Amino acid sequence: MRIGVFVCNCGTNIAGTVDTAKVASEALTFADVVYATNYMYTCSEPGQQEIQRAIGEHGLQGVVVAACSPRMHEPTFRRAVEKAGLNKYMFEMANIREHVSWIGNDKAANTAKAADLVRMAVAKLRFNQPLFSSKMPVNKRLLVIGGGVAGIQAALDCADGGMDVVMVERKQYIGGKMAQLDKTFPTIDCSSCILGPKMVDVSQKENITLYASSEIESISGYIGNFTVDIRKKATYVNWDACTGCGACMEKCPAKNTPDVFNENLGSARAINIPFPQAIPKKAVIDARHCRQLNGKKCGVCAKICPVKAIDFEMKDTIVTEKVGAIIAATGYDLFDHSVYGEYGAGRYPDVITGIQYERILSASGPYGGHIQRPSDGKEPKNIVFLACVGSRDASVGRPYCSGVCCMYIAKQAILTKDHLPESNSYVFYMDIRAPGKNYDEFVRRAQEEYGVQYIRGRVAKIYPRGDRMVVQGADTLLGVQVEVEADLVVLATGIESSAGAGELAEKLRISYDQYGFYMESHPKLRPVETNTAGVYLAGACQGPKDIPSSVAQGSAAASKVQSLFAHDTIETNPQVALVNERNCIACGKCIQVCPFGAIQWKELRGGIKKAEVLPTVCQGCGVCNATCPPKAVQLQHATDNQLLAEVNELCA
Amino acid sequence: MKDLSPRSSAPADETAATTQGIKIVGFLCNWCSYGGADTAGVCRFKQPTDLRVVRIPCTGRMDPLFIAKSLIYGVDGVLVSGCHPRDCHYAVGNFYARRRMEALKAFLPFMGIDTQRFRYTWVSASEGQQWQKVVTEFSEQIHRLGPNPGLKQRSGDHSIPSIALR
Repeated sequence: MRIGVFVCNCGTNIAGTVDTAKVASEALTFADVVYATNYMYTCSEPGQQEIQRAIGEHGLQGVVVAACSPRMHEPTFRRAVEKAGLNKYMFEMANIREHVSWIGNDKAANTAKAADLVRMAVAKLRFNQPLFSSKMPVNKRLLVIGGGVAGIQAALDCADGGMDVVMVERKQYIGGKMAQLDKTFPTIDCSSCILGPKMVDVSQKENITLYASSEIESISGYIGNFTVDIRKKATYVNWDACTGCGACMEKCPAKNTPDVFNENLGSARAINIPFPQAIPKKAVIDARHCRQLNGKKCGVCAKICPVKAIDFEMKDTIVTEKVGAIIAATGYDLFDHSVYGEYGAGRYPDVITGIQYERILSASGPYGGHIQRPSDGKEPKNIVFLACVGSRDASVGRPYCSGVCCMYIAKQAILTKDHLPESNSYVFYMDIRAPGKNYDEFVRRAQEEYGVQYIRGRVAKIYPRGDRMVVQGADTLLGVQVEVEADLVVLATGIESSAGAGELAEKLRISYDQYGFYMESHPKLRPVETNTAGVYLAGACQGPKDIPSSVAQGSAAASKVQSLFAHDTIETNPQVALVNERNCIACGKCIQVCPFGAIQWKELRGGIKKAEVLPTVCQGCGVCNATCPPKAVQLQHATDNQLLAEVNELCA
Repeated sequence: MKDLSPRSSAPADETAATTQGIKIVGFLCNWCSYGGADTAGVCRFKQPTDLRVVRIPCTGRMDPLFIAKSLIYGVDGVLVSGCHPRDCHYAVGNFYARRRMEALKAFLPFMGIDTQRFRYTWVSASEGQQWQKVVTEFSEQIHRLGPNPGLKQRSGDHSIPSIALR
């Protein structure tokens, strides 16, 4: 084989701590290497042309590029060598940036390591075989997991493009956290007025199938051909019959059911439609609080329901949907402030969270949009807002900035002044983070036009005095201690990953960071893709985000799906297992271990049995290869000989 | 592979040899640990330079013989790293890997190999700092052990036979 080696300087990224010229000259001594050079930016267009020129000029049959991580540019270079007429699998990459130049400063040691990695790549390449992909049909249906604003945007964009969309929402209504908000910053748009029509669109679009009160049970398959089992949770109400009239809610005697939608301010009934604009507008019985379901005599709702929709015998059911792509838009949860003992750990009724205050402000909220204290219903005079409760605080395991709290505090302070012109608002903050369009102007308006007092400093303690709360803190700009007697304290609790994000990630086979946020494929260049082909991300499941960013990412994910669905077929990955029938002893171990059921029996003439890999089902993990006793199953592009060739180079 | 008889301790001149030429091979799964090593690089987390990484699709691809052969033929240490249990890109590959590597660990002394020369670990693609820690600790451990005598200890036969299958 005639092999060419291209060592990339990557500007000074690699050349700064690796002698790339020396690596190239050393590469010329490796077996089969007939050409080696170093180049400033190999991934640039002239860099790629240099590879293509060398392939033609030196009759290269295989190419090694020593540069950045193959997770970054392997596809780029594979395309480049393919254009020059080589099979794209006659290419190997040595990672001398992330694994060498960026992690050590010793130039001699780095150069030796880089040369070793190139030697290993060359050794592997000598065993490479041309591989060819086949075509596989794409099922042009999309699954959106999560019906918040990001998921709604993604679903509507794809449905507008004529695709079938399946939306799964864990709660009984779509709209997510945005449905609970009163107004949105920085325009003070009414949240339900801008979200409501989108929610209605979802329910009315014929090509969107909505499963509310449902969760993902399991996912199998791969890009273009996923099979998804959806658990429709028992709602004890036949939704095909329910008209959402609400008669059951009025008569239900279980009056002490916590009102989850209103963040436990006030109470709801055991059978409930959480808010007037809910989509789907269907009742659900809370089994924990329903009298009938807890062995008591009741059944009032069943008697009152005009369409006989109540079904106490209902069980969870599983439905199966087949889709070609998945968008995860599972959103976020809010930090539980009870870990802060100094703020009362949730003991004081008049120390509430931002989302609770949002419900208080809302006209459809528990107090009809009138600001009052949860403890005694009095109108508050002094209201104190605390920023960064569960954000930028490593001591509670939340070192990141939630990004939205500074803005929603400013909005809530402005709205407070609108509702109660005589009130005083105070904001304790660390730094004001308002980098969006019109954001900083908005915060300034709160300070200058609405007279909200911003105090730069942390709050040390909140404790009751009489029927008021004392907020003790520091003003670090004046260097003095501050004490405010507040009627109501609002904690701006930060964003954390959604409960159950980890379990869903396992089903989707995507990864997540230490805080539970899903990992994008590349933080800058592939922000909505995951490392699992065909699975995309939208909204705050990927990291804290405000509404504009979530909507933008929803549309971005939708456009990725549309470009996938623009093709009738996709190319399969040829890096799959292959059985050498001469060596197969028909022990069947590979069939047992394959996680995808991709290996089956095949009968040859005379009734001889052999294992056979289904290349479209095989995902290329190589478990069979490691299991096979006579090594008859070999994972293409990562065969035993290829991996051992790499190790061999280090044993010398 | 010819002689696999257990060897006791390395001769004095071997252990006294400089630890400069230490070579550690790391088998890293493409989806988690290779990404974690990339993350560590992107974050410029400094690490010892002894590790040479072989990218594999999944730790389930790991044939225990890769590890045994590496150590028998003179690599000084082997580090295998993949996705955390339950996070495997292929659902269960790392569970197979864990069983096989546990079984291998029990056999290493029988082959005359110090079990401290082998370690497996789970590092996700976001855990750059964790990767730095794993590499640093394992490299230090191998430096303390010194060069692996491997087959070189056998008098007369210093050639390394090709370990490829065909």
